[in-house]
Amino acid sequence: MLLHITNKKDRLAVLGMIILLLLTFIAILAPYIAPYDPVELNLTQRLLSPSIKHLLGTDSVGRDILSRIIYGTRISLMIAVIVVIIEVFFGVVVGTAAGYFGRAVDEIIMRLADILLAFPGIILALVIAGLLGSSIMNLIIALTSVGWVRYARVVRGSILSIKKEGFIESARAIGCSNLRIASRHILPNIISPVIVLATLNMGTIIISIAGLSFLGLGVQPPTPEWGIMLNEGKPFMESAPHLMIFPGLMIMITVLAFNFLGDGLRDILDMRINDIVEY
Amino acid sequence: MVKFIAGRLALAVLIMLGSAILSFSILTLAPGNAAEAILSAERADDPQLAEVESFMERHGLNNSRLIRLSQWLHMLSKGNFGISLRTGEPVAEEFRARFPATFELAASSMALAIIIALPFGVISAVKQNSILDNVIRFVALWGVSMPNFWLGLLLILCFGVILGWFPTYGSGSIVHLILPTITLGTSMTAILMRLQRASMLEVLNENYIRTARAKGLHEVLVIGKHAFKNTLIPVVTIIGMQFAHLLSGVVIVEQVFAWPGIGHFLVDSINARDYPVIQGFVLIIAFFFVLSNLIVDILYAFLDPRIRYGRTQ
Repeated sequence: MLLHITNKKDRLAVLGMIILLLLTFIAILAPYIAPYDPVELNLTQRLLSPSIKHLLGTDSVGRDILSRIIYGTRISLMIAVIVVIIEVFFGVVVGTAAGYFGRAVDEIIMRLADILLAFPGIILALVIAGLLGSSIMNLIIALTSVGWVRYARVVRGSILSIKKEGFIESARAIGCSNLRIASRHILPNIISPVIVLATLNMGTIIISIAGLSFLGLGVQPPTPEWGIMLNEGKPFMESAPHLMIFPGLMIMITVLAFNFLGDGLRDILDMRINDIVEY
Repeated sequence: MVKFIAGRLALAVLIMLGSAILSFSILTLAPGNAAEAILSAERADDPQLAEVESFMERHGLNNSRLIRLSQWLHMLSKGNFGISLRTGEPVAEEFRARFPATFELAASSMALAIIIALPFGVISAVKQNSILDNVIRFVALWGVSMPNFWLGLLLILCFGVILGWFPTYGSGSIVHLILPTITLGTSMTAILMRLQRASMLEVLNENYIRTARAKGLHEVLVIGKHAFKNTLIPVVTIIGMQFAHLLSGVVIVEQVFAWPGIGHFLVDSINARDYPVIQGFVLIIAFFFVLSNLIVDILYAFLDPRIRYGRTQ
C-alpha cells in the first residue's frame, strides 16, 4: 500500500489510517490522558464554556466534556469492533456455505437473507434494541443480527466468481494441495472485499451506535458515549452549544476516517462501488 | 419478460410471507411476560396475577406460538394489523394517518438529492481528477460521514436558534420542511453523487462512447445522450432502493425535528411497548421495501433490453 502513496486518493487513505491510529491510542490510553473523571458530577462547575481548566467546557452536571469524549472514543470503537468481528464471522461462515454448497443450500440461505434485507436495518435494530431493553450487550445483538447479511452476500459472490475462474484448476493441475488452494488462492480473494466492507461498515456502525443511544435505545447514561452526550446537550443548545458540537464533531471525524481508509482500500483492491453503496 | 416478472412476483410474495413470520417472532424477543409489561405500562403499579391471566386469555396469549402465528397471518390476509394498545385505534389506521407527513419529508429529500447529485456526479466524472472533481468527491464523502441527527441539531442551532430563519420543530408548511429535508437529504445526495460519478466513469470507458466521439459527435451529445442515458439504469435502481431506506431513515430525523410521522410514532411505541404497533409498522415498512424493490426490478426489465428479451445472465 505504501507504494501507492503518491496517488491523491491514497493520501486520504493514509490520513484516515493516521486518524484511526490516533483514535485507537486515545481509546486505549483513556484513563491516562483524560484530565478528569468522565462520570464525576461537579454541580458548582455546570455548563462552563471551554477554558484552560476545561478545554471543551463542562456539561449540565459539571462533568468535563473532553474527558467524556475521550472515554466515549473507547466505548464507540470497542462496540463497533465487536460488532464487526461478529458480523464478519457469521457472514463468512454463512456466505461460504451458500457459495460452496450451491443449489438448494444457496437458494435457502439467500432467500432468508432477502427476507432479512427486506427490513430496513436501522428500524430492525431499533426494534430489537427497544424490545430487549437498553444495554451495550443488547445494542451489539441488535446491530449484528441485521449486519451480517451483507458480508454473507459479498463472500458468497466472491466464492461464486472464484469457482468460475481458471486459477483454481491451474493450481490443482500443478499439484497444489487442497489446504494450499484454500489458504493461498481462495482466502485472499474473499478477504479483500470483506476488509473493505468492514472498514466502510465501521463508520455506519458508529453512526448507528450514536443514533440509537441518542434515541435512548442504546448505551445508557451515565456512560460517556457520544450519542448520549448529544442527547443530553440538546436542551442546552441555546445557552451552551458546545455540549452538542464537540461530541458530534468526534463522530464525524471518526466516521470520515473510516470512510477515507475504506475508499482508498477499495480503489487499491479494485472493487466496484456497487458493493458498498447499498445501505 | 412475462416469465421474469412472474418470477419476481413469486419471490416478492415469498419474502412478504417471510417478513410476516419474522415480524411475529420479533415479539418473542421481549423479555418477561408481554401481558405484564403492557398492563404495568398502562398503570403505575404492578398488575395482579388474575389481571394478567385474564388479559392473556382475552388476547389469546395462552395459545401455542404456532396457533398465534397462524392467527396473525390470518389477520394480515384480511388487511388487519391489530389494534394499538395505547390509542385503541387500528394499527393500519395509525400508519395511514402518519404516512403523508413522512412521505412528504422523504419525497422532498429525494427530490433535493436528485437535483443536486445527478448534475454534480456527471460533472465530477467528466472533469475527472480536476479540482472541481476533488471538491465534489470530498463533499460527497463528508456527506456520507455526517450523522444526520447531528446535522439536524447543527441546522437547528444555526438557522433556527441563532439566525431565527426557520422554525426548529413541527410541520405543516414549506418553511417547516426545509431544515428536515436538508438533514435527511444530505447523505442521500452524497450516496447518489458517488454512484452517478462511478457509473458515468464506467460508461465513458465503453466502446460506443469512443465510436460516438470518433464519428465527430459533439461532446455535449456524447455525454448527455450516449453516456448519461446509460448510467440511468444503476442510478434508478439505487434511487428506488434508497427511497424505501429514506422512509426508514426518517426515524431519527423525525425525532430531532418533532416531525409527526411514522418514525416518531414508532419510537414512542417502542418506548411504551405498544407491541401491535411495533409489529405492524415494521411489517408495513418491510412491505414498502419489497414493493419498491419489485418496482425497480420490473423497471429494470423495461430499461434494459437484455432482460426484456429474456437473455438473463
